[in-house]
Amino acid sequence: MSIPASTAILNRAASERILVLDGAMGTMIQQLKLSEADFRGERFKDWHRDLKGNNDLLILTQPDAIEGIHRQYFEAGADIVETNTFSSTTIAQADYGMEELAYELNLEGARVAKRAADTVAAATGRPRFVAGAIGPTNRTASISPDVNNPGFRAVTFDDLRTAYADATRGLVDGGADLILIETIFDTLNAKAAVAAVEDVFEEKGIELPVMISGTITDLSGRTLSGQTPTAFWYSLRHARPFSIGLNCALGAREMRAHIDEISRIADTLVCAYPNAGLPNEFGEYDESPAAMAVLVGEFAQSGLVNVVGGCCGTTPDHIHAIAEAVKGLAPRVLPTVVPKLRLSGLEPFELAS
Amino acid sequence: MTSSTAVFVNIGERTNVTGSAKFRKLITAGDYSAALDVAREQVANGAQILDVNMDEGLLDSEAAMVTFLNLMAAEPDIARVPVMIDSSKWTVIEAGLKCVQGKPIVNSISMKEGEDQFREHARKLRRYGAAVVVMAFDEKGQADTFERKTEICARAYKILVEEIGYPPEDIIFDPNVFAIATGIEEHNNYGVDFIEATRWIRQNLPHAHISGGISNLSFSFRGNESVRAAMHSVFLYYAIAAGMDMGIVNAGALPVYDDIDPELRDLCEDVILNRRADGTERLLEIAERFKGGASSKKEADLSWREWPVEKRLEHALVSGLTDFIELDTEEARTRSTRTLDVIEGPLMAGMNVVGDLFGAGKMFLPQVVKSARVMKQAVAYLLPFMEEEKRRLGTTGSSSAGKILLATVKGDVHDIGKNIVGVVLQCNNFEVIDLGVMVPAAKILATAKAENVDIIGLSGLITPSLDEMCHVAAEMEREDFHVPLLIGGATTSKVHTAVKIHPNYAKGQAVYVLDASRAVGVASSLLGRDKATYVADVQADYVKIADAHARAQENKRRITLAAARADGLKLDWTSYKPVKPSFLGTKVFKDYPIAELVPYIDWTPFFATWEIKGTYPLLFEDEKVGEVARSLFNDAQVMLKQMVEEKWVSANAVIGFWPANAVGDDIALYADDSRDKDLATFFTLRQQIARSTDKRRHVALSDFVAPKETGIADYVGGFAVTTGIGEEVMAERFNRANDDYSKILSQALTDRLAEAFAERMHERVRREFWGYASDEALSSQELIREAYAGIRPAPGYPAQPDHTEKRTLFDLLDAEKEAGILLTESFAMWPGSSVSGLYIGHPDSYYFGVGRIEADQVADYAARKGWEIREVERWLAPVLNYDPIRVEAAE
Repeated sequence: MSIPASTAILNRAASERILVLDGAMGTMIQQLKLSEADFRGERFKDWHRDLKGNNDLLILTQPDAIEGIHRQYFEAGADIVETNTFSSTTIAQADYGMEELAYELNLEGARVAKRAADTVAAATGRPRFVAGAIGPTNRTASISPDVNNPGFRAVTFDDLRTAYADATRGLVDGGADLILIETIFDTLNAKAAVAAVEDVFEEKGIELPVMISGTITDLSGRTLSGQTPTAFWYSLRHARPFSIGLNCALGAREMRAHIDEISRIADTLVCAYPNAGLPNEFGEYDESPAAMAVLVGEFAQSGLVNVVGGCCGTTPDHIHAIAEAVKGLAPRVLPTVVPKLRLSGLEPFELAS
Repeated sequence: MTSSTAVFVNIGERTNVTGSAKFRKLITAGDYSAALDVAREQVANGAQILDVNMDEGLLDSEAAMVTFLNLMAAEPDIARVPVMIDSSKWTVIEAGLKCVQGKPIVNSISMKEGEDQFREHARKLRRYGAAVVVMAFDEKGQADTFERKTEICARAYKILVEEIGYPPEDIIFDPNVFAIATGIEEHNNYGVDFIEATRWIRQNLPHAHISGGISNLSFSFRGNESVRAAMHSVFLYYAIAAGMDMGIVNAGALPVYDDIDPELRDLCEDVILNRRADGTERLLEIAERFKGGASSKKEADLSWREWPVEKRLEHALVSGLTDFIELDTEEARTRSTRTLDVIEGPLMAGMNVVGDLFGAGKMFLPQVVKSARVMKQAVAYLLPFMEEEKRRLGTTGSSSAGKILLATVKGDVHDIGKNIVGVVLQCNNFEVIDLGVMVPAAKILATAKAENVDIIGLSGLITPSLDEMCHVAAEMEREDFHVPLLIGGATTSKVHTAVKIHPNYAKGQAVYVLDASRAVGVASSLLGRDKATYVADVQADYVKIADAHARAQENKRRITLAAARADGLKLDWTSYKPVKPSFLGTKVFKDYPIAELVPYIDWTPFFATWEIKGTYPLLFEDEKVGEVARSLFNDAQVMLKQMVEEKWVSANAVIGFWPANAVGDDIALYADDSRDKDLATFFTLRQQIARSTDKRRHVALSDFVAPKETGIADYVGGFAVTTGIGEEVMAERFNRANDDYSKILSQALTDRLAEAFAERMHERVRREFWGYASDEALSSQELIREAYAGIRPAPGYPAQPDHTEKRTLFDLLDAEKEAGILLTESFAMWPGSSVSGLYIGHPDSYYFGVGRIEADQVADYAARKGWEIREVERWLAPVLNYDPIRVEAAE
């Protein structure tokens, strides 16, 4: 199993400072106000379905625009940007009839981001990293969509594992430095992703750091599939991830308690990239960069985090403000976790002996 | 906290087809619903881990495992706890692992088929993420003796931890519990072998755990549950002491060690610890005597069954209980005139409670879906009755509550929320047509027409979906639709629906639905008898929201500083002749008589300090607070009298007047009436709010002072007063006496006195020291209403939000030295019971709020003050109409 040189550089950087992740891709793409024709480009001009909204496709049809957004985030101070591949799985692309493109989207998605990383790294002399993003897909492996049949599943573990493996191959081949399994609302989906990523690592004889990020969906403080943050961590600790954390659905203010919970129990790095507040009445995330930086900066001051960034509604300005806010602050020190048998259902269980 | 910890875990075996005959019958009969009840009962009785075993020869164990685990996942009160996936077949284990989102235990793997297969299984388990039970079993068979048990466990441990990288804390050894007291001599030491192997493993294989299936132990006493339970209890007593921390035991049935009949206990110990050769015989002899001793079973708490039927239905809905739902629904039905009243009445009320709990974060989604299922069962029960009523009344038509089309709009692929809405609606007898995701408006409309739906529901998660929803609404209007349009999804909102979607669809009604739990209520209202009232309410609500939104938008808009200045207040200076103050420079008042200030106290804010709302003295008559207010006021009067008589605090003041003229938006002060030597400048800020309807001017304080170019000799004054000299000592005195009430009361009083002092001094300024209103005669109520001519605006208050202007004022007055009032670094005054401000004498001057200001004025203001923009932004942060960092980044 070979470990790329970038991993050592990344690990060293993480031991020295708080790393900064990028902000929202969707928000930046929206600002471009692209038309259906822009999404289609030349290659898909006759595609049989609407493509506007298939943001990942822009990797192929508007690569310069995507590279530009990655570059803006790096220039704003991000150490790591996420590839624009949130929905680049055969499962999620099925909505557009584009299952066949999944590998290519991931491959090119990693390449585009890598180009931006190399450009900015050369210009600033600071190493920059690309995290290959793997989204949750739009199906849940542990919740039935059919009321009359609670035992039914619209997608199985094996379906997901196959789809995720395909995506991972593209990301690894395209040169991603890390893999990021994100916006996890159903932990069983994430467990399939973890297995798929390890399958591909084994197959290619390479091992990249894996970041895992869950989503606490509402005020109940649970994931959509009903797990508490601690139960979520227990379910995924076997991945021995580079980082564990939370993103999306909540602003920094609402996320704090949950990040605090994970921070106290996880014997790995903790990563938080909340939304720019909660959406206002018009679905816009309007927490200002300064305001968000204060909140995320406090995560850092309180020693809760090792990696910070932004999700929905965040822009390069937010990332810049966040990068400034955490600059010079010590990264969270990993807690000493006594080895104990820790299991989970929706809630955690610990065997005391 | 919901986390559960344990020193020893009982793993129940009631959901184990090999351990429970009842469960085996249910599974082979395919009665999964009853099988789930068995699991639920176990968790309710305190099981911390659920063992699921489907190893039954006649069963498709793999399918049964998958079906049962998937069904369990939909039951939050069961899925709460971790699962033990229990099978001797690897395929069944692997199928089970693919169904659980939590971290389970796998029970079990072993070296029975050799080390290589053991390695392969272990590697796979590590990838799935599971703790594992390892049986002390190798190619030669199950380990029976201490030596075999420890040798196999040590070997397995080494492979798992060193080769595969298995976390040692996730390894659980099962050193095999075998039957004892069988009459076969070789079996006699099995209990001791297990206990001693346990001790050895815990000492030599760090972090590993010990488990075992206890029921084997007493196999020879089948049919004598009392003796078996006693043997299990005694065995566990010693095994746990040796380090066993997990066991498959029938949890409810175990007696406490100390409660076992001493005679029986002693005999059990003999056989378990192999203390005497005739142990088995002796135990057998007395066994008959103990046979049939009742094993107590914990009853579920059914006290809620005594509640009124409405509360029972609510409880069943909130807790997701189906056991009595038909019984209770029937009871509610017999009490109602129409069957539908049961749904619209108690059942909907219960679902609303669910909605409230969900909204408050006290329930989570899987629980809500479960509640919906209980609802479904109740509705299903009522359906035949409704059909019958219809038949009797001669009405026909579908039995469904209504037909609802659901779609995630074009451009959006998120449908989880929409699916949940679909589930909840279906549970409530609505017929749902789900068009899926990325549905174009044309398809929605065409389907709605073809299917003749009663309601269309749109969902979306991403921001652009909001525009698409507006588009669908407009298309519905164009195509002459009249059915209600429901709007839901993460980024949607009532305001957006009211402001953007509602106006597009005048022919029908767009209604925002907060979350899935509300969908039924909204849909029922829209299709029910009171639809007209409901729609009228929604419309009235939306008009209010739209108005409020418009006002808020208005409030955000600002005009440029240049435009604001052009629209500044232009007083007519030609006819204005300012009065010259009786003195120029400052005048100091030391130890001012406090008794003179008392009549000037404005009591309304005093009550506000105590969170008693209302205007003095009217609030004394208030039903709720009147009595408290009166008693507080009496206490205040007593203390105030004492305060004055005993001179708890003393009062100082310094006032001053200077020749002044407006220069642009600032007020220039001159050293003397020749006006050729500048003394200081008061900088002022101008309103920039955009006003579309009202014609009020965009005013700054400088507008009230004669501009320099008029050549008019105008003046301004300034003051700083305090009644807080000694207040710290006073507070400290009450502190020491632990008398918080008196402390707060005294501080509230000195605070009021300071305001009264400012009022009194202003009055004297108007009448004597400046003298521009020498004939003024106002009552204290008129003073409070600010009925006087001229104003006394304070830096840091609405007319001049810049606190730093206090520095200029204090320097002019030398207030720190003359009145003993200090300015802190944040420009707060100390003592706290102090007031300062400017005096402006023009009869047309008035109090106003600058409101939020734009970046252009901030830049201009900074240039005038000679400060950095950042510095100004820092002090004016609360009144900036923009985000300084965002603007900077954009530049």
